[in-house]
Amino acid sequence: MGLRTPLYDLHVGQNAKIVDFGGWDMPLHYGSQLEEHHAVRRDAGMFDVSHMAVVDLTGGRCRELLRVLLANDVARLNVYGKALYTCMLKPDGGVIDDLIVYLVSDTWYRLVVNAGTRDKDLFWIRSRAEEYGVSVLERTDLAMIAVQGPNARGKGAALLAPAQQAAVLELKPFSGAAFGSWFVARTGYTGEDGFEIMLPATDAADAWRRLLAHGVQAAGLGARDTLRLEAGMNLYGNDMDEQHHPLESGLAWTVAFEPEDRDFIGRAALQKARRAGCDRLVGLLLEERGVLRSHQKVLAAGAPGEGMVTSGTFSPTLNRSIALARVPNATGASVQVEIRGKMHAARVVKPPFVRHGKTLIDI
Amino acid sequence: MSNIPADLQYTKSHEWVRRIEGGAVEIGITEHAQSALGDLVFVEVPEVGRAVRAGEACAVVESVKAASDVYSPVTGTVIAGNGALAGKPELLNHDPYGEGWLFRVQTAAELAPLMNAAAYASYLEDESK
Repeated sequence: MGLRTPLYDLHVGQNAKIVDFGGWDMPLHYGSQLEEHHAVRRDAGMFDVSHMAVVDLTGGRCRELLRVLLANDVARLNVYGKALYTCMLKPDGGVIDDLIVYLVSDTWYRLVVNAGTRDKDLFWIRSRAEEYGVSVLERTDLAMIAVQGPNARGKGAALLAPAQQAAVLELKPFSGAAFGSWFVARTGYTGEDGFEIMLPATDAADAWRRLLAHGVQAAGLGARDTLRLEAGMNLYGNDMDEQHHPLESGLAWTVAFEPEDRDFIGRAALQKARRAGCDRLVGLLLEERGVLRSHQKVLAAGAPGEGMVTSGTFSPTLNRSIALARVPNATGASVQVEIRGKMHAARVVKPPFVRHGKTLIDI
Repeated sequence: MSNIPADLQYTKSHEWVRRIEGGAVEIGITEHAQSALGDLVFVEVPEVGRAVRAGEACAVVESVKAASDVYSPVTGTVIAGNGALAGKPELLNHDPYGEGWLFRVQTAAELAPLMNAAAYASYLEDESK
């Protein structure tokens, strides 16, 4: 038996197919992964993401610590509640984890990190926090529900008291705010609008039931994966890991090289890689029938070396197979992917494939 | 409990076999198999005329999450593949014993070595323990 979130019994009651995910017993789907996917693109769906770790850092020198620890620069957070997506790197540039950091107050930052990496993340953060006098508190008392889709904000706001609903609907993209013991942020991992709601574990089951009553479709990790891949978002462990740095993982945009005097962990390695050139992460659209899967070999005419699919799936929105792949820098507009011993043509495209319900690539 | 029609034969890799006219058999995957795979999105059936051996992988079914081989339960020659599945792989989810059939094989093989419905049902029970 794995770890269980406060919503586990509700998932079982909804006939979820439960799978192990990073040591957690999580719902893969509640009957049809495709229907859950479409519900998020067309209306509203919700995910139990309580397995992710919420970590609160408090202390007068939080900002100083995070400017060393994170590849993106928390000095960019100039409004309370604002969120920043970033990698946390090893000195050699390898990605320890990708995470979201919120500026709660001048002496309080909140991190949301992946379930499978929580232990090593906490060890890494704690090993440096002490010298800055920063305390690190894992909020195991909180659950997290992501409500996503074109109608998600309206349905999610209905969970709050009438007096709070206007404020939550005014949240700007990528920012959050506290509402009593809840923290609601306009973030997500699907390419749709919506909220991620961090709330006391004791409130979670009631919130889930009320969202169901508002017609929000329960969605599992299966739909979460196809949605994030359509949205061109990386999955830790697939599209980046400790063996690959952000520049070869499509995440150069999350690295703040300016200001030049900010000496974050991994900086020297990334600057060296930037000068030398490196592989790049691209989107692929399979031109033929079939399904791209991680670890399939990618060959490009004229480019030396070979690439690899890091995440692949069937895209329910496009009705085609799509992937993220790490390929040699010189790769052109088309590649061949080896599927069960045969080569299949795929087109190199720029992710995202789908966002806000719209297809963003030529099919 | 999974739907297991009494008039079919079954394999341990969750294919079913139906005797049809003229010494041929029709092959598909069971209700249990489609349910375990989840929503199917891609099906590749063998070419007509291909000689297959019992136990040989000759079709592929892919769900949103994973690809699985389908093995021919008998030795013989492929005489038909279900072309409808290319455009509608979900037929396999909705009607695994009917419209979701995969391929047909001309064969002289006896089906006796395969499991009958009762044997497959108890095999599924043992597998889930």
